[in-house]
Amino acid sequence: MAKKISRISRLLLAALVVAGLSGCGNIEPWVKPYERDQLADPIMALDGDPVSTAYIQHVYEAREGAKGGEGAVGGGCGCN
Amino acid sequence: MIRRGLISVILLLSFGASHAGVLPDDRADVLYHLYDGGGVEIDGPSVLVRKKAGKSMSFVGNYYVDMISSASIDVITTASPYTEERTQWSLGMDYLRGNTTMRVGYTNSVESDFNANSYAFSVSQDMFGDLTTLTLSYGLGDDLVRSSVDENFEEPLDRQIYGLGITQILTKNLISTINVETVTEEGYLNNPYRVVRYADPLSATGYSFEPELYPNTRTSNAVGLRARYFLPYRAAIEGEYRYFTDTWNIESHTAALTYIHPWRDWTFTGKFRYYDQTGAHFYRDLFARAQETNFRGRDKELSPLTSYTLKLQAAYEFISDDGTKAWGFVKRAKVTASLNVLSVDYHDFSDLTAQAPVGEEPLYQLDANIFQIYVSFFY
Repeated sequence: MAKKISRISRLLLAALVVAGLSGCGNIEPWVKPYERDQLADPIMALDGDPVSTAYIQHVYEAREGAKGGEGAVGGGCGCN
Repeated sequence: MIRRGLISVILLLSFGASHAGVLPDDRADVLYHLYDGGGVEIDGPSVLVRKKAGKSMSFVGNYYVDMISSASIDVITTASPYTEERTQWSLGMDYLRGNTTMRVGYTNSVESDFNANSYAFSVSQDMFGDLTTLTLSYGLGDDLVRSSVDENFEEPLDRQIYGLGITQILTKNLISTINVETVTEEGYLNNPYRVVRYADPLSATGYSFEPELYPNTRTSNAVGLRARYFLPYRAAIEGEYRYFTDTWNIESHTAALTYIHPWRDWTFTGKFRYYDQTGAHFYRDLFARAQETNFRGRDKELSPLTSYTLKLQAAYEFISDDGTKAWGFVKRAKVTASLNVLSVDYHDFSDLTAQAPVGEEPLYQLDANIFQIYVSFFY
């Protein structure tokens, strides 16, 4: 019985993965380009001050044991 | 030697938080920074220039100087106050092709007893109608540790940084980002000057010092989440959380809340940041005897600690983006002043300057003011 459930759940998982992948090409952007004026406002820039941010992260890395994971790899909103 | 803390600089200055399908804005920043706290004063300039070349390339350069005057708690209890200078420069290039941006960066940092070369590479891809940006990054650090008291001392330190970032537009007024980063380090991770303290009944103070000895490898993992929300009356609020863990048994949590409020030509920012960490497994404030454990450290940054930072910032836009260009080329310009008030409570690091029996000294506490003023031109 447990084996059967395990097989069914694997099939379901595979079906979900296939459905998910096939859906990738059809994802409709739910926030349209013309709806991104608020995201394009300078106050929404995730790093509007790169020199200042790099400096303060440098201070934290010198004063604390942790480092990384704070957005150095960046990313954008595609709203320009 | 202030070698710690270069990782963010390597990647941030080279890459910044940019769009995959759009090149970063042309800009120039001139910054003066001042750190004053715990007997340490560090100040200096930082200059960044970014300029597009054609429609698909953007170049960035940064020059940064730390001028250090140190009489920190470590220095006054085990050595002599010193002055030092660190000079760092970075170069980077972004190349845009369709929805993909590739970036390369190089950073060199030089001190009298430390030389660091860092290389970084990343690829960003916009997906799903530009709602999602996926970034993969890789960094390589090639450092050389020397000692000002032993000219024959020279040890390498290699570092590799792997990053994965996703920025996601969730709604028309909410944007979020997740960043995962793994850092592996191999080589001389000690500080050649720092010592550990051990109980010594033969000493008048009740303790003596011996050189610290760290493992020569360290691997750390960090995951950070940020979300910024546009408030209905044109202001923004941001929440941040980061979890960090490493093979030295340091585990930390960082949380921060930021509020940004524009008013006429001004933008005011307030931020509160909380940080808490456990200590490294080889850290002791006082070892029971000399060479008690295989690895030994008494670096206060590796002790259990909690820190709090309050940031207040004001920016004034003195040239607005109204379609005209000042001086023939400047579209927008602003001046920004910021103050970060940092307070660190060490939970297992004694203040040896206090007159107290060995093992009963009060815990050390650090307060620092971090001041920045900078002018930014967008052209």
